[in-house]
Amino acid sequence: MTMTEPAAALTVHNLRVGFGADPVVRGVSFEIARGECLAIVGESGSGKSVTARSLLGLAGANARVGADQLELGGQTVLGLTDRAWRARRGKDVGLVLQDALVSLDPLRPIGREIADSLRLHTTLGAAARARRVLELLDAVGLPEPATQVQKLSGQLSGGERQRALIAAAIALDPPLLIADEPTTALDVTVQAQILALLEHITRAGTAVLLISHDLAVVSRIAHRVAVMHDGRMIETGRTEQVLGAPRHEQTQRMVAAIPADKPRGTRLSLSTRPRDAASPVSADSTVLANSTVLDDSTVSAASTVVLEAIGLSKSYRRPDGSRHLAVDDVSFALQRGSTLGIVGESGSGKTTTARLLLALLPPDRGAVRVFGEPWSAASEKTRRGLRPGVGAIYQDALGSFDPRWNVAEILTDALGLSPGLRQRRRAPQTTARLLTLLDEVGLAAAVLTRRPLELSGGQRQRVGIARALAGRPEILICDEPVSSLDVSVQAQVLDLLDDLQRERGLSLIFISHDLGVVQHVSDEIAVMRAGRVVESGPAARVFAAPQHPYSVQLLAAVPRLPA
Amino acid sequence: MAARLGGAIFVLWAVASITFFAVRLIPGDPAQAVLGGPGSQASPEALAAVRTEYGFDKPVLVQYLAQLGRLATGDLGRSYALNQDVGPLVLDQLGGTVLLAVLALALAWLLALALAAWSTRGGTVAARVGSGLEIVAAALPHFWLATSLIVVFSIWLGVLPPISTVGAAGLVLPVLTLAIPLAGFLGQILRESLLAALESPFVLSARARGESERGVLWTHALRHASLPAISLSGWAFGSLISGAVVVETIFARPGLGRTLLTAVTLRDVPVVIGVVMIVAVAYILMTLLTDAATRLVDPRLRSE
Amino acid sequence: MSDLEVQAELATQAARSGQPRRLGLAEATAGLLAVFLLVAAVTPQLLALGDPLGIDPLSAFMPPTGAHVFGTDESGRDIFTRVVHGTQYSLVIGAAATAIGLGLGIVLGTLAGMLGRVVDFTVNRFLEVLFAFPGLLLALLFIVIFGPGVATATIAVGLSTAPGYARIIRAQLITVRSAAFVEAATVLGRTRWQILLRHILPNTLAPLLVLATLGIGQAIVWAATLSYLGLGAEPPTAEWGAMLSAGRTYITSAWWMSFFPGLFIVLTAVTATVLGRSIDRRMRHA
Repeated sequence: MTMTEPAAALTVHNLRVGFGADPVVRGVSFEIARGECLAIVGESGSGKSVTARSLLGLAGANARVGADQLELGGQTVLGLTDRAWRARRGKDVGLVLQDALVSLDPLRPIGREIADSLRLHTTLGAAARARRVLELLDAVGLPEPATQVQKLSGQLSGGERQRALIAAAIALDPPLLIADEPTTALDVTVQAQILALLEHITRAGTAVLLISHDLAVVSRIAHRVAVMHDGRMIETGRTEQVLGAPRHEQTQRMVAAIPADKPRGTRLSLSTRPRDAASPVSADSTVLANSTVLDDSTVSAASTVVLEAIGLSKSYRRPDGSRHLAVDDVSFALQRGSTLGIVGESGSGKTTTARLLLALLPPDRGAVRVFGEPWSAASEKTRRGLRPGVGAIYQDALGSFDPRWNVAEILTDALGLSPGLRQRRRAPQTTARLLTLLDEVGLAAAVLTRRPLELSGGQRQRVGIARALAGRPEILICDEPVSSLDVSVQAQVLDLLDDLQRERGLSLIFISHDLGVVQHVSDEIAVMRAGRVVESGPAARVFAAPQHPYSVQLLAAVPRLPA
Repeated sequence: MAARLGGAIFVLWAVASITFFAVRLIPGDPAQAVLGGPGSQASPEALAAVRTEYGFDKPVLVQYLAQLGRLATGDLGRSYALNQDVGPLVLDQLGGTVLLAVLALALAWLLALALAAWSTRGGTVAARVGSGLEIVAAALPHFWLATSLIVVFSIWLGVLPPISTVGAAGLVLPVLTLAIPLAGFLGQILRESLLAALESPFVLSARARGESERGVLWTHALRHASLPAISLSGWAFGSLISGAVVVETIFARPGLGRTLLTAVTLRDVPVVIGVVMIVAVAYILMTLLTDAATRLVDPRLRSE
Repeated sequence: MSDLEVQAELATQAARSGQPRRLGLAEATAGLLAVFLLVAAVTPQLLALGDPLGIDPLSAFMPPTGAHVFGTDESGRDIFTRVVHGTQYSLVIGAAATAIGLGLGIVLGTLAGMLGRVVDFTVNRFLEVLFAFPGLLLALLFIVIFGPGVATATIAVGLSTAPGYARIIRAQLITVRSAAFVEAATVLGRTRWQILLRHILPNTLAPLLVLATLGIGQAIVWAATLSYLGLGAEPPTAEWGAMLSAGRTYITSAWWMSFFPGLFIVLTAVTATVLGRSIDRRMRHA
């Protein structure tokens, strides 16, 4: 034993947390050295956030926390009184949460929020605190700190307020910083900047515990990765090692699920029931007859345009009366049997584009044509006949279902039959069709009587896909279809869409903010920014050699696994 | 601001018009009403004199415009029953009711805050007890609460007067009667929004900075929790006015409410209209005040 | 805002934070009370044999005892019998007033929510004006015009609750109309009528059950208030508000004359609130 500073900023041995009778964290052990970044990665429900909160004594009033050893900076924090905890929080350990819009008090100026740590733990006067706040804002790279301190979190951009939140957490230079999903709500370019800031803080000697659901994101800055699953730490090791040669099956599944840099058609999920792409699907021989099973070479040979956007523009009126051009002269074409990926950050006009393509909004200028016919220009009455040919999958699957209906009613309605028929009175052939649909999307018959609220996120999205397929569409418009799903569920849904595309010769518009996902699924790609398509072309070409400076910047920011 | 003022004037005009035309629906001769209702055997000459005096012989449109003109100059007409100008009469009564309402509103906020703060910190049992108390309090009709309070405090214990004349002691029971049900409503809103605020990420951030529970409550949570309750103030005002009708009657306390009830019972139309107009003005002022209070608490609304 | 809107807002809050399925003690009690009140309203003889108007001057002003659990009034009428028989009055008045308010509210709210911006603007301004007659004011104005009595009091209460219903229904319609599932139905190629009948109307009407339950409690309290003020039902009718009004004269000597009828008003109002919230929570989590 030496009297120097202990090497470990945090030592956790056999941490257990439970709520009521349910154990949420079942014996977790790890340590972090100063100047090290450890990432805890896991899917929702893995216990990673509860672990993080227990380290601050904030697991909650009804949580039972136990551990063999729990040391912050060499001193045990087991059994601390509330008062003793308060003296340590903010001073010995800082916390950064997701989305500073709500993680900083939205009613108080950010300067006050940052100064709070100083007020609570130091004897600095108001003027000294104000000076220190400015220094901190400068240190986290917020431009013009003097004007920003007076602003509310809602008046700053996502990146700016996340920086302010970090400034509040590091105000007293705590030896340990815990960052729980610090970049999850951010656009990819901003995410890269915040990660760089955290890396900088690590280099300065702070121990950083990064909590995330995204392996690719943490691989950028974490020295070591610990994977949590079902309350246990199933694998720990150096980042390259865990990501390059995962040992545990769940880690392998998570690594495989990362879509970026995986060629089109590669399976992302290690699903137990890989579907045979060549097997004919009983109920859909008609679709297969005229589109046949296409492989990649025949797509380009037989390509015809099934959907076309020509010079689309759409503007909205802002509350102050000025007009905001959400979509500005956007053109693209979707080839039969292929996938067109539309990628962009928030505010790029992706969602408005989706609504224009679905003819839920009329364009101000330009037109959408489907199967060579007028679509946006046609009356809803004419369009209705063509609607079954164009399916849609939504980000918020739950919201897209009538809350009063169960799955059977949703799908019966989608088949064009009367949804009012309860199970007993449903014709056997209808039930058979429902089961075929469910089978196609990999769901069991048991979900028929459930309401969407009772299904998991992945199941809901599968029901959404089944509904879209019921009308036997040739085109599917997918608006952020996997954004709210866990990575492994996302992988399954992406694989399902890929299978369905091959089997049915579907043409897909795939809209997403996630470049990794878009890269994996797309043949063609259109990059949108501020309502305009800044670059488009074959996905392989755009990703290999982006032309537009914005695409270059965007691609550089994509979280991908180290090669 | 101009839009607000325009809106306020529009509402006042509409209230005046609705009351004017609604009163035309009263069956019978208004002149008869002036002279004491159908029971009084007024002479034809007297009736004719009244018709001329009040302008009942003119076309409806002329009467309407005349009425609007009078209202615009603050002239609320003459009471049928009291033979007195309505304007001064109503203004006389206004003070007592305002005092009652303001005290009741303040007490209700205090009770609600205390109950909400106690029941959010005291665990699930306290939360249930608090919630139950609030639901019952919100369901208490003013007239029953007032009688029960009189029975307990005036008749059994003999500590407070059952009649609210001058003096502070007389105000206690009326104020309690108005405040308790209101506190039930405010308390429910406050507690739920307080619980929501205490579970929000910014409170977690504050706790992670080392903020104490008291600090969390006073610097962050209460401010957020008060917003929905403040937005209820317009409604609370209406409920206090209804309550004042009952409370002033039971405690024999002079005020707008009792004046209104007497006028309704006697079908003294000008007084009813006068009170309604005063209440409408007060209601509009209250909504403006509510807006201002919301802006004070929520700086997000100020910047726009 | 109106009382009803406040009640509905509180129910929404409680539903959001409450536990989905568990049958709480409060709900069970409220359920039993509701059954009791319904039995009292439909067959009062089952619970109280006597005549609610039967006079017995010899046993006037009896405090609560074994023979007269709630005591007797100035003419020796049994208060318990009167309270039980009065349930019918109060519930019928409450239901009728709610029906009037809800009916008008549906018409106004649907007009505003469905017929485009001009109608919406007009109806909204109209409602705004009505809200400047807060609380019981609209009811009092109505009574000035049409005179006091049970029927006018009932209509008056119905009228004064209508703006609240209208605003809630309009808001609900607008929420449902712009819901994602309505767009999804358009994408599936459904016509406007199909969407209206299958999605918009059922989802708008479903919360009305909750509103009506909360509203009946409110209407009963208001109607009783009007009776108490001498503008609705009159003594010796066995209506709760009227009974309280009669008891007022004897408040110093016979507290039970006021206490028990009022207790039933409170119990009814609490029952309505608890049941309304319970239905709301169940519908949301169903």
